[in-house]
Amino acid sequence: MEKTIKGKVYVLGDNIDTDQIIPAQYLTYNPSVAAERRMFGRFAMSSVPLPKAGLPKGNIPFVDQTDPDNTKSPYAIVIGGKNFGCGSSREHAPLAMAEAGIKAVVAEFYARIFYRNAVNGGYLIAFDSPQRLVDKFNTGDVAEIDLEKSVIRNVTQGTEFGLAPLGDVVPIIEAGGIFAYARKVGMI
Amino acid sequence: MGMTVTEKILAGHAGKTGVQPGENVWVNVDVLMTHDVCGPGTIGVFEKEFGKNAKVWDPEKIVIIPDHYIFTADTKAHRNIQILRDFVKKQGIRYYYDPDFVKAEGMPSPYLDPKNTKYKGVCHVALPEEGHVRPGEVLFGTDSHTCTHGAFGQFATGIGNTEAGFVLGTGKLWVKVPPTMRFTFEGQLPPWLMAKDLILTIIGEIGVDGAIYRAMEFAGEGVMSLNIEERMTLANMAIEAGGKNGIVQADKVTLDYVQSRTKKPFEVVTNDASAKFFFDKTYKVKDLVPVVAKPHSPDNKATARELKDVQLDRAYVGSCTGGKLTDMLAAASILKDHKVKVETFVMPASTEVHAEMQTRKIDGRTIEQIFLDAGCQVGPASCAACLGGPIDTMGRLNQAGVKCISTTNRNFPGRMGHQQAEVFLASPLTVAASAVTGHVTDPREFVA
Repeated sequence: MEKTIKGKVYVLGDNIDTDQIIPAQYLTYNPSVAAERRMFGRFAMSSVPLPKAGLPKGNIPFVDQTDPDNTKSPYAIVIGGKNFGCGSSREHAPLAMAEAGIKAVVAEFYARIFYRNAVNGGYLIAFDSPQRLVDKFNTGDVAEIDLEKSVIRNVTQGTEFGLAPLGDVVPIIEAGGIFAYARKVGMI
Repeated sequence: MGMTVTEKILAGHAGKTGVQPGENVWVNVDVLMTHDVCGPGTIGVFEKEFGKNAKVWDPEKIVIIPDHYIFTADTKAHRNIQILRDFVKKQGIRYYYDPDFVKAEGMPSPYLDPKNTKYKGVCHVALPEEGHVRPGEVLFGTDSHTCTHGAFGQFATGIGNTEAGFVLGTGKLWVKVPPTMRFTFEGQLPPWLMAKDLILTIIGEIGVDGAIYRAMEFAGEGVMSLNIEERMTLANMAIEAGGKNGIVQADKVTLDYVQSRTKKPFEVVTNDASAKFFFDKTYKVKDLVPVVAKPHSPDNKATARELKDVQLDRAYVGSCTGGKLTDMLAAASILKDHKVKVETFVMPASTEVHAEMQTRKIDGRTIEQIFLDAGCQVGPASCAACLGGPIDTMGRLNQAGVKCISTTNRNFPGRMGHQQAEVFLASPLTVAASAVTGHVTDPREFVA
C-alpha cells in the first residue's frame, strides 16, 4: 500500500449512484477484455448531471471527450458527499474510476456494495471523512492523502482534515484485494 | 443473546453458535446467481485467479439467468450471452436459462410462445419460480436487487464481479453482520394500496441512505397478509434505502410457494424472542395512502394526489419489482375498462408471467389482451428499460424532458435512459390510473 496519494481532486455531491458513475449502456463492454476495460475509463462519471459535475462550479468534464482515444481523467482523487456509489452492484463503477486514473475516494460514507467492490477488487481506496469535505475543496485543487497519519491535505488551499481509520478491511486493502488476501492467509 | 433471523442465518452459515452485528464472518454460500451483464466479468475474474481450467466449487449451486440485454442488436450483448453459454458447457452448470432465440446478428426475434423457450427473463423473478430460493439459505447474486429473495426468509444480497468470482471458486464470502431495522405494518392493505406504497413510504421517511448496511425486516399483519410477490416488492427495494438485505420471516405463504417449486430440503430460521433490533418502527396501514417517488431519487416522496398536476408522457409497467403477475393483474384491473392516454409499455418480468398473462382472464379477456385493447405495447420478458440499457431497448427513455411514471425501483438521473428524462416511481395501480388520465393519479379514482 502506498504511503501517500497525491493529485488533483474532482468534487461531487451526495448520492452519486452507479448509473451516474458508469451508465448502463456501456455495461456491454467486458472488463476481462483489456481493450474494452479501458473504455470504462472513458465513460466514467459520464452521467453526472452537468451542473453537479466538478463542484463548486459544475460543467467540468471528468474525462476530456474531445480526444476520441482518451480514457484518462486528469484527476487522482474524488471527493464525494453522503452515500457515494449507491444503486446497482456493478463493479464497473469503481473499476471505471480506477481505469480513469482515480486512486482514492474520500466521502462521508458509502453504499455498501460499492465499498466492498472497491476493497475486494483492489481498485481504489475508499476513505471515510468524519466531516463534509465537498465544501472544503474545489475541483482542480491539489490534495495529498497521508495514509499513515489518516489525513487529507488541501495543498492548494493550505488546509488539512482528518480521515477515519480504514478499520477492519485494512488486511484486504494492504494485500490488494480479496484474492491476494485469501492467498496470503492460505485460504486459496 | 437472542439473534434476529438475519443474524441467525449468517451465524449458521459461518458455523458459529452466535454472531454480533458488526462482526465479520466467512459464510458458506447456498446459491450464487449471475446474469449477462456481470457474468462475463465474473467468469473473467474466476479464470484469471483460479486458472483457465479450474472447476467451479459446485456446478449445482450456480444459477445463470441472462435477462438484461437480450432484445438488442448490440453485438457485444450477444457476445456476452455466448460467453455464458460456453462457460455453462465447460463447467457443466445445471441451471442455465438460455435465450435460445438469440442466434444470429441483429435484433433477435423474441420467443413466439413464452411456454416454449428455455429463456426465463428477469433473474429475481425467475429464481424463485425455478425453485432456487429457499428459506434459511444464503444467496448471493451479481445484482443489487438480489435482496428481493429475503422475501422468502433467506439472507440474500448483491455482490460485485470480483466477489462472485471468488465465490465461484470457493463457495465462501466474508460478510459484515448487519444490525436489523424492523418495519411493522398493523392492519391489512385496502384494495388501492400495494407493497410498493409501503416501501416507498419507508424510503421516503428514512432516505436513500437510511438503512446503509442494515438488514431491513418487514413484519406485521400488513406484510404477512401479502402474497409472496408483494413481499418480494418490499424486499426488492431494501437496496434503495442502502440496506444490506431485506427480509420477511417465512410462514405458510412462503412454504406453500417454495414447496410447490422445489423438492430440495431447507430449514426455516426465525427471530429469537429476545432478538435485538437496531430500530423498530410501526406503521398503521389505515394511515397510509398511495405514494410516488419523484425524480431523481427513490426517497423523493409525495402522495399521488399531491402530484395530480404533473402531466406525463409515458407509463411503464415492468421489472423485478413491478413486472410480476400480481403487478400485471393490478394494472389490468384498471386498464380493463379504459384506454391509455400516454404511451404505455408493459414488460412482463418473466416468461412464466407472460404465459400467465396469455392464459388468465378477467371478464372473458386475457390480461395481455386487456393491455393491448387499452392501447399498451406489450414486450417480451426482460429487464428492458428499467435500467435504460442499449439505445435500442424497448421502452427506453431516449429524450430529455420525457416524464414517465413507472413500476420500477430506481429513478436516479439517467436510470431509464436519458439523463434528463424524469422518472416517477409508483405502484402498478397508480401507474395504470395515471396512464388512463395522462397525469399522476391516485388509484382511488378507479379502485373503490
